[in-house]
Amino acid sequence: MKKFCVNRSLGFIGAVLVAAALVMPFQARALEDKLIIVTSYPPDTTVTIKKAFEKVHPGITVEMLKKKTTAGIKYLQETAAKNTSDMFWASAPDAFEVLKGDDLLQKYTVKVTGIPAKVGAFPINDPDGYYKGFAASGYGIMWNTRYLKAKKLPVPGEWIDLVKPIYHGHVGMSAPSRSGTTHLTVETLLQGEGWEQGWSMWKDIAGNFKTVTERSFGVPDGVNSGQFGIGIVIDFFGLSSKASGFPVDFVYPTVTTLVPANFAIVKNAPHPKAAAAFIEFLLSPAGQEVLLDPKIRRLPVNPATYAKAPAGFPNPFKDKSIGAAVKFDLQLSKSRYNVVNSLFDVMITYRLADLREAVGAIQAAEAKLKGKSNAEAAGLIKEARALVAAMPISAAKASEKDFNKIFKKKRKKATTKVTGRQAEVEREWDAKVTANYAKAKALAEKAASML
Amino acid sequence: MKSFLRSQWGPGAVALLLALFLFIFLVVPVLRVIYVAFQDPNTGALTLVNFADFFRSSLFQESSINSIYVAVMAVILASFFSLPLAYFTTRFNFGGAILIQTLGIVPLIMPPFVGAVAMLLLFGENGSVNLLLDEWFGFTIPFMEGLNGVILVESVHYFPFILINLSAALNNIDRAMEESAQNLGASGIRLFRRIVFPLAMPGYVAGASLVFLKVFDDLGTPLLLNVNNMLAPQAYLRISSIGIADPMGYVISVILVAFSLFSLWVAFLALKGKDYATVQKGGGGLMKRDLRTWEKIGCYAVVLLVLGLVLSPHIGLALLSFGTVWSFSVLPDAFTVDHYFRVFSTSSQYINNTLLYAGLAAAIDVVLATAIAYIVWRTKLVARKWLDYVAMGAVAIPGVVLGIGYLRTFHAFDVPIIDKPLATWWVIIVIALAVRRLPYALRACVAALQQISVMLEEAAENIGATKARTVRRIVVPLMSGGIVAGFVTSFATASVELSATIMLVSAEADAPLAYGIYEFMQSAAGRGPGAALGIIAVVIVGAATYVSHRVIERGERKRSAEVALPAGV
Repeated sequence: MKKFCVNRSLGFIGAVLVAAALVMPFQARALEDKLIIVTSYPPDTTVTIKKAFEKVHPGITVEMLKKKTTAGIKYLQETAAKNTSDMFWASAPDAFEVLKGDDLLQKYTVKVTGIPAKVGAFPINDPDGYYKGFAASGYGIMWNTRYLKAKKLPVPGEWIDLVKPIYHGHVGMSAPSRSGTTHLTVETLLQGEGWEQGWSMWKDIAGNFKTVTERSFGVPDGVNSGQFGIGIVIDFFGLSSKASGFPVDFVYPTVTTLVPANFAIVKNAPHPKAAAAFIEFLLSPAGQEVLLDPKIRRLPVNPATYAKAPAGFPNPFKDKSIGAAVKFDLQLSKSRYNVVNSLFDVMITYRLADLREAVGAIQAAEAKLKGKSNAEAAGLIKEARALVAAMPISAAKASEKDFNKIFKKKRKKATTKVTGRQAEVEREWDAKVTANYAKAKALAEKAASML
Repeated sequence: MKSFLRSQWGPGAVALLLALFLFIFLVVPVLRVIYVAFQDPNTGALTLVNFADFFRSSLFQESSINSIYVAVMAVILASFFSLPLAYFTTRFNFGGAILIQTLGIVPLIMPPFVGAVAMLLLFGENGSVNLLLDEWFGFTIPFMEGLNGVILVESVHYFPFILINLSAALNNIDRAMEESAQNLGASGIRLFRRIVFPLAMPGYVAGASLVFLKVFDDLGTPLLLNVNNMLAPQAYLRISSIGIADPMGYVISVILVAFSLFSLWVAFLALKGKDYATVQKGGGGLMKRDLRTWEKIGCYAVVLLVLGLVLSPHIGLALLSFGTVWSFSVLPDAFTVDHYFRVFSTSSQYINNTLLYAGLAAAIDVVLATAIAYIVWRTKLVARKWLDYVAMGAVAIPGVVLGIGYLRTFHAFDVPIIDKPLATWWVIIVIALAVRRLPYALRACVAALQQISVMLEEAAENIGATKARTVRRIVVPLMSGGIVAGFVTSFATASVELSATIMLVSAEADAPLAYGIYEFMQSAAGRGPGAALGIIAVVIVGAATYVSHRVIERGERKRSAEVALPAGV
């Protein structure tokens, strides 16, 4: 009934609006060959690559439709019935996994040769043939040189450095639920250090956070402008900021994962041939070289291209230490994807102030303890540390199939039996976590008062 | 009785059309998204269990308290900004009054992303002000820490709602009221407290309720300042992460809408039972007094101080757009015009689209708002208040929700002749902007109508004017101040809207300025050009505002010249 009503009245309104359409000049477009790409990349990347592509294929006009990765996914999902987009082009592999899962991508076999199967420990292309990697990215640490100098802070090199009390309140990062690449960093450390140890380290690092940014670009932005001194970022944010003249620098810690940035042809694409030409171009030597542009600064997936890179440009195919320390287990990551996101938000993003206070109190107590021997105070501090590190669930539980169903982001069929709701589970965690942080803070303060 | 029924025919038809518009472009799309709030996440059955989850969660309780606290504090701070500006420029013969009024509106045009970046560069922990304070005095002030930052930025951003509506209301007060009070011996503060301010109350309440609602529902500012523990960001963070089935985001949206309507109802109650209308429409506005020299200096000092503070985001933005690298320093390292060159080649299309979309949307808004205001306050139609409530509900609908709702509802509908889905046609962006900004125009128009005595219309009808003619010749001209205020707010804010637009832009050629800024602000090298584009937006919208002020002023002077004689008699 409602639907009927809407359609009818839409007809009427549509007719009224047609008049307006006729006078609009910029709607008319020639019927030449087009290519419509939904992408999350900034104009620095898209315009440069578009120009290079159109030079090689003068008959094709590329149109870049910029959407945040999450908005882009939703756009493709909502418009799938009458798809008008040819390609999806973004960094996070998990975004492509979502689209693949919804059957919105088209398989394609690349003709260009010379691209290896893996970068670091990660396969460059989707094993099922839906999406392809065109560049590699790894996570690392960037810092503002002026900031570190003014605050007399040493340059960090490894994740473990960020735990040091000297960095308290100087570090920024995005949340894994907000940015797919941040998720990979969190997961990499969890796999490298183990579930309990990895989370404990994340919470110790987060205790030094100034902020958790909403957008992944918020981190380089904050470091560039000096809001905080140190950021945990994807490499090209650091490298391109430096290339743009900001007083910043970037380093890969030993434990990092290189992941491919991807593109794929959308199912029922109106211009599949143009889309194929774009893939072939960007993977060709000429296309790969464009990635070295100072404003883009992404790691090419063709090892031969590094011969043309500027001095000091990281080469993961030669320097095996980049991204090789952890053998990234994609299946393990997939099995607990949403649980890890939710845990990070509950324990860190939404309770950052509590966590920071607890970790700050522990750091202060430890500083006081240094050089003294007081078994009771040391015991209290140890207890406080254990409280901060305590996890609401075990690694086994996090990967449990039935438990993960609660966090499934897709609407479940009525037949799947699930007990519990995400909000319910998160509330339980939140209660535990806040109580632990408050208690840890009290214990650490008690320890400090005894010294 | 019969004639009463007949007289309701015209308004009835209009009301029906309005209801239809709101139903199709607001209610249906929003319902198609937020019904998730009432679904059991596991079985899909209808339930209220999600709301129970909400009220039991300490995170959400804390978020609710934070949201209310920030909204109340922002209204208070915004009132401090707007009272002197509105009062001085309407009460005294004050050089540059129009310029001040225009500059006072500029803060509404805070382009997305760059505004907050500029504020952080100036007032952040390592911003210019704190770097200087630290160097000279060895301490810093946490302007931008946590909720403080949200309150400061929000009140700077939204105080023009109070300024515009209060100024319009002050201008609408009849001089005779003031003269009578003076004849009875009132003057100074007493005159202001007992006569002027109470008579301007509808304008102040309209503005303050908008500030409250906007701050309560705004998510852009808290997100950019990375404050998560408030309701709107919680809703957004849950809706916009990959996957849309988590019901909590929609539960929060429903609660935001409900709370917005509740506070609106409170505002209604505050004005209920009082009559703010004045019959005489003589000399047009309050008497303007000349100031003594020392008074003038004092007033200018206050005005300059307020303007300096509320324009600081734009000062920061200008520095950013002309600066090369600005990092952990008081000022940029060097200055350049390169960023402007970089955007000029691409920006003309953005500018055209913005002017077209925001202009059309604001025009639609004032037409709808005038009609709704008239129907709600001047007719006896059943359920007429619901038009007001539903239209105001739009203020609380997150842009993302509206955008997704439009894609979901209108993508299957092909527009005839141009043969493409309505959801991917540029007109849908105009409609989305119009729906999102309708509440601003509506509050302004309602306030204006409340100040007009119904006796003026009755007089016109007694001497033979039809209802339509009365509306056209009496009501609309007398409401013109409010209508222009509504147009300006809708236009200025629509021109920098992003959250719904970004979902709906389906071709680069259709993109408005805010979208262009968003694009630039995704990369380190794009900060300067993004700021340059932001400045261009501010200048264009500011100029449009100034022109419309000039136009009203000329209109008012003409009108007051025409009626000067009878009023004097």
